[in-house]
This record gives sequence, C-alpha cells and structure tokens, in this order.
Amino acid sequence: MDDIILQILNGLDKGSAYALIALGLTLIFGTLGVVNFAHGALFMIGAFCSVTVSRVLSTSFVIIDETQTDFLGNPLKVETPYVHAWFGPEFGASLIDWAVPIAIVFAIPFMVLVGFVMERGLIKHFYKRPHADQILVTFGLAIVIGEIIKANFGANPIPTPAPSAFAGAMDFGVMLGFEPNAIIYPIWRFVYFLFSMFIIFAVFAFLQFTTFGMVVRAGMADRETVGLLGIDIDKRFTFMFGLAAAVAGLAGVMYTPILSPNYNIGMDFLVLSFVVVVVGGMGSLPGAVLAGFMLGILQSFASMNEVKSILPGIDQIIIYLVAIIILLTRPRGLMGRKGVMEE
Amino acid sequence: MFGMNRKDTILFVVVCVMVLLAPIFLNPFPTESAFSQFNAGYPALMQRFVIFGILVIGFNILFGLTGYLSFGHAAFLGVGSFAAVWMFKLLSYNIVPAIVLSVVVSGLFAVVIGYVSLRRSGIYFSILTLAFAQMMYSIAYSDLVGKILGFPITNGETGLQVYNDDPQFLLGNGPTTPHLFGWEMNGSVTWDIGGWSFVFHNGYYLAGLFMILSFYIAIRIFRSPFGLILRSIKSNQQRLNYMGVSTRPYMLTAFVISGMYAGLAGGLLASMDPLTGAERMFWTASGEIVIMSILGGVGTLIGPILGAGVIKYMENIISTINDTVVHGWFGFMPDGLEDFVVAIVHPFIGKGWHLTLGLVFMAVVIFLPGGLVELGQRIGAKFSRKKTTDVASSTKTPAE
Amino acid sequence: MGILEIKGVNKRFGGLQALGDVNLSIAENTVHAIIGPNGAGKSTLLNVLVGKLIPDSGSVMFDGQSILGRQPYEINQMGISRVFQTPEIFADLTVFENVMIPCFAKRDGAFRLHALGSVGHETDIHETAEAILEDVDMLEKRHMIASSLSRGDKRRLEMAMCLVQKPRLLLLDEPTAGMARADTNNTIDLLKEIKAKRDITMAIIEHDMHVVFSLAERITVLAQGTPLVEDTPENIKGHPKVREAYLGEAQV
Repeated sequence: MDDIILQILNGLDKGSAYALIALGLTLIFGTLGVVNFAHGALFMIGAFCSVTVSRVLSTSFVIIDETQTDFLGNPLKVETPYVHAWFGPEFGASLIDWAVPIAIVFAIPFMVLVGFVMERGLIKHFYKRPHADQILVTFGLAIVIGEIIKANFGANPIPTPAPSAFAGAMDFGVMLGFEPNAIIYPIWRFVYFLFSMFIIFAVFAFLQFTTFGMVVRAGMADRETVGLLGIDIDKRFTFMFGLAAAVAGLAGVMYTPILSPNYNIGMDFLVLSFVVVVVGGMGSLPGAVLAGFMLGILQSFASMNEVKSILPGIDQIIIYLVAIIILLTRPRGLMGRKGVMEE
Repeated sequence: MFGMNRKDTILFVVVCVMVLLAPIFLNPFPTESAFSQFNAGYPALMQRFVIFGILVIGFNILFGLTGYLSFGHAAFLGVGSFAAVWMFKLLSYNIVPAIVLSVVVSGLFAVVIGYVSLRRSGIYFSILTLAFAQMMYSIAYSDLVGKILGFPITNGETGLQVYNDDPQFLLGNGPTTPHLFGWEMNGSVTWDIGGWSFVFHNGYYLAGLFMILSFYIAIRIFRSPFGLILRSIKSNQQRLNYMGVSTRPYMLTAFVISGMYAGLAGGLLASMDPLTGAERMFWTASGEIVIMSILGGVGTLIGPILGAGVIKYMENIISTINDTVVHGWFGFMPDGLEDFVVAIVHPFIGKGWHLTLGLVFMAVVIFLPGGLVELGQRIGAKFSRKKTTDVASSTKTPAE
Repeated sequence: MGILEIKGVNKRFGGLQALGDVNLSIAENTVHAIIGPNGAGKSTLLNVLVGKLIPDSGSVMFDGQSILGRQPYEINQMGISRVFQTPEIFADLTVFENVMIPCFAKRDGAFRLHALGSVGHETDIHETAEAILEDVDMLEKRHMIASSLSRGDKRRLEMAMCLVQKPRLLLLDEPTAGMARADTNNTIDLLKEIKAKRDITMAIIEHDMHVVFSLAERITVLAQGTPLVEDTPENIKGHPKVREAYLGEAQV
C-alpha cells in the first residue's frame, strides 16, 4: 500500500509538468488551431528564467581583504553578492535562497511577452497554412531557441536549488498513519504539485467565470461562428497564446530544482507532452490535465525496480505504448470532442 | 528511355553523371590551397551525400507525394543498420546478406508501424510515428529485447559492433572489413594531378550506385498511376474515398516503400562502417530527414537529394569553421570592424551550426515552401525571358 | 422495384430522432429530389447512403445489394457517385489528372499496385478522360490547375469526374447551395444536359425549390426525419402538408 502511494506521489511532479505543458498546448491548438512544436521551448525558457534570476541575484563583487590571507599567504579575495551589500547579509542570503520562487515574478511578464512576440511575429502567418507547415516552422523555432540557450548557458545541465526551507524530504507516511520512513517524499516536489494544481485551477476558473474565457471557450468550440458574431477573436487569441506561454514558462521555472535544465529539456518534454495531449484528446483541457497526471503516475509505476527487473526500460516506453493503444482504440483521446482534427 | 519521358531521362542522366564524377568536381580546390577546407570530395562525406540521398528519396515518396508527415522515419534507418551489423556478426563481412536483411527487416517494421499509424491522419499520424520511433529508440537504447532474451541485441548505450568472438559462420579467410564478394568497401584509388588529389572510393561508388537505382525507382513511382493516386491523397483524400479508391492500402504501400528505402540507407551506413547505435533512431535524426526534404523541395524529384547534399555539406564545413578561420577571411578589414564582423558571425559557425540550420529551415518554411527547387525556378524565371505560364506549369508537375 | 430501396431506416443521435422509419424507393432513370426544411434529416439520409453513417435499423438496398456497413469507396464501386455541396476536386492537380483518377478507380478497382506503370502510357484512360472533358466542354482547360478554375468550372469538373465512372446513381448534395441565381441556372442546365445524354438515376438533396421543380420527376418531402409525402412536382406544389412543413420558407 505504502509502495503504491509512494509511486503515485513520485508520478505527481512529472505528471504536473506534463499537465501544465499539455494544457497550454491544447489551449493553443483549441483556440488558434495551431500545432505548436515550440511549446516545449517555452517550458525551457521558463526554466532558464529561473537560472538567470538565480545568477543575477548571486552576482558578486570582489574586494581584497588585506587583513586576512589565503592558504598561499596572499591577501584574501572576498566575493560578496551585491544583494548582501545592499540589503544586509541576512536578507540578501534569503533572497538568493529564494531565487526560484522570485523568478516567478519575472517569468510571468516575460513569458507573456515571449508568447505575444511568437504569436504576432510568426504563428499568426501560419493560421491558414496546413498543419504540417505549422509543425515544421515551430519545429525550426524550437531548434533555434534551444541553440540560443545552448550558446548562452552552455550544454551542461545547470543545477538550481530550491529554497532551503523546502529542501530535503518529508515523511509523508507518518501523516497517513504508516510506519516512519515508509513514504519519504521530497518537499519541493510536493510544492510543485500544489503549485501546478493552483495554476490549473486558476486557468480553468479564468476560462469558466470571465467573459473573456467564455468567448475563448466558444471559440474553441466553433471558431468561425464566434468570428461571425463580430467578436474580435484574434486579439483574444493572441492573449491566449501569451497565457499558454506563461503557463508553460511557470511550469519550467518551478521545475528547475527537480531537474537541472539544459538546452534539450524543452524537446524532451515536448515530445511527451504531445503524447499527453493526444491521449487526453486534442482540444480538451480536462483531458490534457487528466492524461498528464495519468501518464506521469504510470511512468512512475513503470520505473519501480520490481517492474524494471522484469521489463527493463519499460519506464521509457510505457507512455508511447499507452498513447498508441489509446489512439487506436479511442481515436479522439480520453476526453476529445467529436470533430476535432478528424478526417 | 527505360520508361521515362525525355525530361526525366535528362534529369536522371545528370544525376548519374554527378554521382560518378563527384570525387572530381567536389574537389575543386588544390589540396594545399587555403580553400581546400571547402572541398567535399572525400569519401566519408560523399558517402553521406548518397546514403542520406537514398533516405530522403524514400521519405519524399511518403511525405512529398501523400503529404503524410512522418516524424519517426529515422527508426527505419536504425533498424536497417542493426540488421546489417547482425549479419556481419553472424555470417561474414559480405554486404549482400546485410543489405538484403536490412531492407527486409525495415520493410517488416514499416508494415506493422504503418498499419497502425495510418489508421489516423494529419497530426495524429505525425505523433504516432514519433511515438513509435521514440519507443524503438528507448528499446534499443536500454536493449530491452536483449535483456529479456539474455544476450545483447542492440547492446544499449555502447552500440552494436562486430567482435572477434562473434560466430561469423561464413567468414573463412574472407576480408575482415565489409566487402562485396571480396571487393572491399574501404578500398580506394587516389589520383594525383598537379596540386589536386582525387579519391575514388569503392564504398562511395557502391552507395552511389544504390542511390542511382533508388532515384530511378522513385522517378518511375512518381510517374505511375500509383504515384498519381498518392498525389491525389495529398490533395483531397475524402474525394478519393468517394471515388471508389481505398486509400489505406495505397498509403501503406507508400509507407513501406519509404521505410525500405530508409532501411537500405541504414544497411549502407553499416556497410561503410560496421557499427551502429541507438542514437541513429533518435527523433532529432528523424527531424533532420524532414529538414533535408523541405530544404531541397519536398514533392519534387531532385529537391530532397539537393537538400540532403546541402545539409550534409554545411554540417561538415560550417561546423569546422572557427573564429581563427573567420579572422583569416576578414583580415583585410580594419581591426575594430574585423572583430565586430567576427563577433557577428561567431554564433552561427562551429558549434553554432545547428542555430544556422534552424534559422535556414525556418526561413525556407516561411518564405520558400518549395525549397531550393522553388528558388531555382524563381531565379530561372527572372533571368530567362520565359513566359510566366511556363513557370506555373512546371511548378505543378513534380519534375526537376 | 427501384434501383435504390430504403426500408424502415431509423437513426438516433442521443435524444434526437434524426431519421424515423424512412421508406423511400428511387426508380431507375429518374431524377428524384429529396426536399425538406432545415433539420429534416436530409443530410443524415445522405450520409447513410454514402456509407458515412450506419443507421440503427432498417435496410438500404442498391440494385438488390445492401450498402449498409460498407465503406464509402465500396459503395462507389457498386455504382453510386456523389457530388458535394461545394465542389470537391483535387485542387493541386491538373484538370486532366483530376479526370484520370476516377478512370483508374473505375478500371483498377479500389486498389492496384501499378507503381512501375506510366500514366503517360495509359492510352485507354487518356481516351476516356478526353471524351468526358469534351462532353462537359472543358477539353481546352485540360492542363489548368484545378484550383485556378472558376466556381462553375469546378462544378463541371466534379460532374465530369463522377460521370466518367458511369455511375448508375448520382447523389447530389445541394449542388447549388450558396450560388447566385445565374450560376444556379447554369448548374440546372448542366444537369439537364447530363440527364438528356445518358441513362442515369439522380437523387438530389436540395433546399432550393427552383432547382427542384426545374429538374425533379419525383419529389419526396422529408420533415422531422420522416417522409411526409412523395409525389410528382405538380402535385407537390399545391400540397397543404408541404406548405405547412415549410411554413412560408419555400418560394413555391
């Protein structure tokens, strides 16, 4: 029992990331009818927002302290982060410590901007072109973004720690009445899960309870009709793209302590998120969330040692296997609507 | 000639001549000259030209004619390579069984994957092929099959190669490198004239011959009723269904043919260098196939070959250019300006090659959906005084 | 016994009875129109006939054979061709290629692997295709790309593509929907011309009364998924039930 709960928990954080990326992906597809292969790159940009904020906060100046010497006998060089000097060592240190959550503040406007630029600058011109062209041009964009990241941050994964308050693990089992140490779960992963649930609910509430959201949902159901009503749907869709970019970006910002980002992380997550969207049903928001968590948890079960000893590497292929089976037995995906992307 | 019309025959002959004389005209600069780094006439690179040429010719039969975008085509390339290396391990270094098996095995994989993937169209098809390819990559990378069977099949991260203790039942006293009935693939004749040095490499010519054959078959398919039906699938599949044509067997045939082309390319890659690894099946490799086809001009006969050539050439050349080389080029400029130019060029060369590739690819998709072939036609239309109607009619037939 | 016999066909979507006990017989070599107000079930019936929908119950026999459960291409191979509301053609191909494809489908069946043949050497196909283009006055446009044709020519081309297969039943789905009056009249003339030249059965699903009364020999009025009345155009015109069903919508 505790094993099962542990695996479910382990699947939650990955599932959360899949769900958040897939949510944006299907939002863009549903509203704009665009298949965005660069959506993983947005996740990656978010992750590197986190890296950048962490670096900026740790930027230091060097003073030579004549009173002390290092082990070679030279005067000691002391590096002091600017934030220490400006806000005092204690508050400065906690600023650096909280770099990842702080990055959220910067990532939101930045990601929305990136989304706007992407939609106005590129995607807009591809609404009327075949899906294959959309896939191709966004695939090209994904390569370009990945390479720009590589040129600026190098090819190696960059570790970005969680705030020390959330570092380490908690004994989840005790809370549920199990033996101590039965279910040990890293705190940050739980934070990530809560965070993504918050974002998911925020997006759904936004779409459910605002007029804007209502128009968007109507647009997802029948784009042409809403256009005929004289509603300027295009402007709203641009905003939608910004929103989807922000969701993917935030998913990336908060994921950095779980997985150190490198320039490939976008593509890795994109391929899986596409599978998630397809499994959930193209254009279905609840489907994307459901499928994201489902596949994350499934993957976590498949990576249990007991399973791996029978079928090594099954954790790598289980998602694709499920996707293939679902696409064949339920072509619309788990919660896909009729008529979306059908022949 | 050979069942081709005049235009196709000319194109075919040009391609034949180019393949045969490539070792000469791809080496225009003397060995000692500063420009010799732009020479492409060395065997390792020329092999890639023709082998990737075969790969994209096959891919073009699927994507170019039917419009079905497979994002997992590299899987067949990998399967072909693994099959070929296994033949080397089990039988001997003779490439005939290796290539036959690589084509057959990749064909079988294509039947299964195609049968399943083709039940959906559009983006679903792309994602299904991608999922299959990634699955096969993961299986190969973790050697799932081998771990179940108890001996290595794909040999995981290490990759598959031939070891001394492999059975090689038919080896006898035969050569210990890949060969065609004793004619060794890595043999070559070098021809030194003046400052030039031309290498005529056995492996290259064998692969080149296969490419010529592949190209010929592709021409015939393009001009056949089968090819016409495939093009009409791209144009309007629904109409075709209501016209009494069952599209699925046509699609499956096209898929299997293009999978077998990829398998042949994989078998040839292994025949040039008898080792392979899972990374050959990774989805970036599939993406590269797509990029080559689009860059050259998808749906045209010659486009994908051009695309494969240009990409492989740029990959080899641009990725070896470093700042020192660029400084050499712009040395005539005043220092400040020189540094400025070098700083601008820097991100796009050497390790930045993929950035250049991505940008060029995007530009082609946005501005030049017909790829290099369309570019050629546009330039041709500008310079010749041909009537525009001629250009219009030549864009519609997938010729040139 | 008609060439097409529809008996007791029912189709339900959730709570909506789209087709309720439809009985309909279309006699050979007639032009039979199926009319009715929006939501009467015309499209559903058409989708059943072309194999896109399978009814919940009932039978549809074409020339003594059931068409239910068959794929659209199988139904076409039995001799039923379909014209769409907006002309469905192969827009990227030339007019001549557009017409050749149905020729191949007619001659070679649903699938044939003629991968190494040459389109250029298929003389019999060329002759058939040229003849039908001549027939619809489009021979001189044979090398044009189909997407560059005018709307009227696209309609002509689609007709040619259907007729070249010598179908025994031609289904027309609102062939004049969204057309200006002049184009509508041209289409009516084209259809009349086609009918005059050969033995063919036509079933027209139509909204426009003008078209229906210009062409049809028999008319079935569908309302709320059920045939209301079937008669000749003269009798339909004054029929009180029809006026009621259309509620002033018709310009009778």
